[in-house]
Amino acid sequence: MAITFTLNGKSTTVETDPQMPLLWVLRDTLNMTGTKFGCGMALCGACTVHVNGEATRSCITPVSSVAGKKITTIEGLSADASHPVQRAWIEEDVPQCGYCQSGQIMSAVALLAKKPTPTDADIDDAMSGNICRCGTYQRIRKAIHRAATLQAAK
Amino acid sequence: MAQTVSLDRREFLISGAATSAAMLIGFHLEASAATDPAQAQEKPVVNPFDAWVRVTPDNRITLILAKSEMGQGVMTSLPMILAEELCVDWKQVAIEQAPTNPKIYQHGTGGSGSVRGSWLPLRRAGAAAREMLITAAAAHWNVNRDTCVAQDGGILHGSRKNFLTYGELVEQASKLPVPDLNTVPLKNSNDFTIVGHDHRRTDAKAKSNGTAKFGIDSRMPGMLFAVVARCPVFGGKVKSYDATKTKSISGVRDVISIDAVAKGAFTAGGVAVLADNSWAAIQGRNALNIVWEEGPNAGESTESLRKQFLENAAKPGKVARNDGDADATLAGSAKKIEATYEFPFAPHATMEPMNCAVHIRPDGAEAWVPTQAPQWAQDVIAGVSGLPRESVTVHTTLMGGGFGRRYQADFVMEAAQVAKVAGKPVMVLWTREDDMQHDFYRPASYHKFSGALQGDGKLAAWKHFQTSTSIAAKWEEKGEENAANSEFGTAVFIPYQTPNYRVEYALAQSGVPRAWWRSVEHSSSGFAVETFVDELAALAGADPLEYRLRLIGDDRAVPDFTNPKEGNPLKTSRLKGVLKLAAQKGGWGSPLTKGVGRGIAGYYSFETYTACVAEVSVKDRAVKVHRLVYAVDCGRAINPDGVRAQVESAAIYGLSVTLHDAITIQGGRVEQSNFNDYEMPRIGETPKIEVHLVPSTEEPTGIGEPGLPVVAPAVCNAVFALTGKRIRRLPIRAEDLT
Repeated sequence: MAITFTLNGKSTTVETDPQMPLLWVLRDTLNMTGTKFGCGMALCGACTVHVNGEATRSCITPVSSVAGKKITTIEGLSADASHPVQRAWIEEDVPQCGYCQSGQIMSAVALLAKKPTPTDADIDDAMSGNICRCGTYQRIRKAIHRAATLQAAK
Repeated sequence: MAQTVSLDRREFLISGAATSAAMLIGFHLEASAATDPAQAQEKPVVNPFDAWVRVTPDNRITLILAKSEMGQGVMTSLPMILAEELCVDWKQVAIEQAPTNPKIYQHGTGGSGSVRGSWLPLRRAGAAAREMLITAAAAHWNVNRDTCVAQDGGILHGSRKNFLTYGELVEQASKLPVPDLNTVPLKNSNDFTIVGHDHRRTDAKAKSNGTAKFGIDSRMPGMLFAVVARCPVFGGKVKSYDATKTKSISGVRDVISIDAVAKGAFTAGGVAVLADNSWAAIQGRNALNIVWEEGPNAGESTESLRKQFLENAAKPGKVARNDGDADATLAGSAKKIEATYEFPFAPHATMEPMNCAVHIRPDGAEAWVPTQAPQWAQDVIAGVSGLPRESVTVHTTLMGGGFGRRYQADFVMEAAQVAKVAGKPVMVLWTREDDMQHDFYRPASYHKFSGALQGDGKLAAWKHFQTSTSIAAKWEEKGEENAANSEFGTAVFIPYQTPNYRVEYALAQSGVPRAWWRSVEHSSSGFAVETFVDELAALAGADPLEYRLRLIGDDRAVPDFTNPKEGNPLKTSRLKGVLKLAAQKGGWGSPLTKGVGRGIAGYYSFETYTACVAEVSVKDRAVKVHRLVYAVDCGRAINPDGVRAQVESAAIYGLSVTLHDAITIQGGRVEQSNFNDYEMPRIGETPKIEVHLVPSTEEPTGIGEPGLPVVAPAVCNAVFALTGKRIRRLPIRAEDLT
């Protein structure tokens, strides 16, 4: 079945099983591997992308459900890691193994779009679906506050 | 297609000398020549321009990384060491992963050993390259080489104000004889401009924009994705299977059965479904109809293992250490206590599930492996394919976490087996459930402590009995005989002075695979020792910090009982140093907010001294950790901010097994399967973590793991201080708080 959506600003059509989760369409069909597989059950957030601006767990999102919608992945945030959240991540030296960070960043971007100056409680709430096994949470929190400042200065 | 690969000669079956699991890895890292016939011969002198430094004529400088980056930051810290001696501008260098070649490199990455094992070799390599460049420049100008200095990627001849870049000199320099690495002049540490200064991670950008390539992101033309159905019961196998439904699923290409490998890689075997994409492979596996032969471990459970622990604990164990006469002293003592501590199996749960991509051709093989042991992956693929090792190209990829799990080669073995039959590139991908249920777990253990005090509160006797599902029993030659070797760590050379000190051990039989988990035996030993000493402090009516310092006593060196010949002794001055620093920074003794308790722990592991002060509260029968204040003495910190990051990380990893779930066994299989039934810490429960480093010019020591052993005892000692409830089993359970 042919399914068309907008991926990082480009119209994209895939011929695939409509039940296949968006995660695997991105990774295996389109070779966009920045979005990660962690749990397959929307428990860890490693697969987070934006669907029409909403942070969405792509591992449980059938590709048919995003037909006609706008998808943004980590690759679509900026061409050169210049998005304020990415800059903040680099400046606070957040990543360790880095595997969960695409999902963390996508969740953080969605949060800042809704709450440009989030409190710690806002951050804990919005980021609670993203697990980091390296335990970079303290730096993630700092980086989100820094990104808020960077974004405001833009 | 049973494949048995002889790995033992090099990797694991180290008899006698290796006396703990951490040592087992460390041994391989630092002294493998002693046990490895292939590496026993003197290594040829390696030209640093072949192995470590690449310079192009336009002066682009690339530094080579031979260790595996799994988050611990070696892609930053190790090139920093090279760059320092090489005198190049840190901002200008590129970093590249070394090809897998154990004749040149010590690849194995574990035991918190990368920096401590590479510090001197990398300094020497960088210095040798620098000296060769100086010699080349001096020859070019026909001047005395003493008048030439290396700086910013070039050689300066002061008197003539001449400057040649390394790019201009490299062709000549690389042809010069390599200086004797034992005598090559090293920089004075007062002149360090890179080492010892905070540097951002070299991989942070790629890990923030989706371009970082992990193992799971490997792609080869025509590659199929495979998912393996393994018997959920450890040691079980396929009796029969029907793949009719599987083969009807769109995208499924093949179904292949693979045998279990008993030795070396310890794989479960099973049925692999190969497909065009991961999703079809997973669907195909779900559709398999498999009859399992569950095998001899089907009756094992957490309950049956605990029964074994209790039976073992009722009898004397095998003596691991005996000073004086602890039993007689305990029998005759009026002031004494006993306590038992229990630990479950723990999973690594790396965020990136296991995976490996392999292509075996008739004339060679290529593999993309997220591995802490690329040389072992190379051996496994060579063994399965029948190819010589030199024909097997192993690309070490970034890893979405390692923590010891990726020192294994089980996932490589499976991929090689499937790829050999498939005859095309294959990635074997594990799902989260596979990863959770087929790990090599931190052993489950049960500890019984007895302690007696003298009239002045000092120790009269310390007795520690442990029974566990030993790591050594699984991995070492004569494993059952040497089972205790991997299980105690610093618990057999505690810094607390006692005239009577006895340590006993009994092996518990289990079908559950176990191996090195972040901080290995120290995760349980650290908790047991640092909780028991806290219990003794309470018995003595003493302040926990003051009591520890009193029992440690004078400045002295406590020999590493697990490795008396080569192990670095525990220096009590440094341990006291971190205890005092953590206490000072953590406000030990200062008033606390109502409802908050404070606890402390200090420990020596991987040659590093760590202390932690924890502040906690208890609400709704659950512990909340508010603040962790660490003091760490890891010798010279190469990248101090990277060191702090590792301690922050180890703290959260330690909190995972303190506050959250356990791996439990029923019917010979793991009961947990994903992050819903094995929960891990999330951002909202992250305490404020402060890490204070002891300034030091001592040799650098381990840092990936030492932050872990102290966090659980510090937290639980704080719970005791607050509530009077002593936590004696992990994770903390609601019923133990009331």
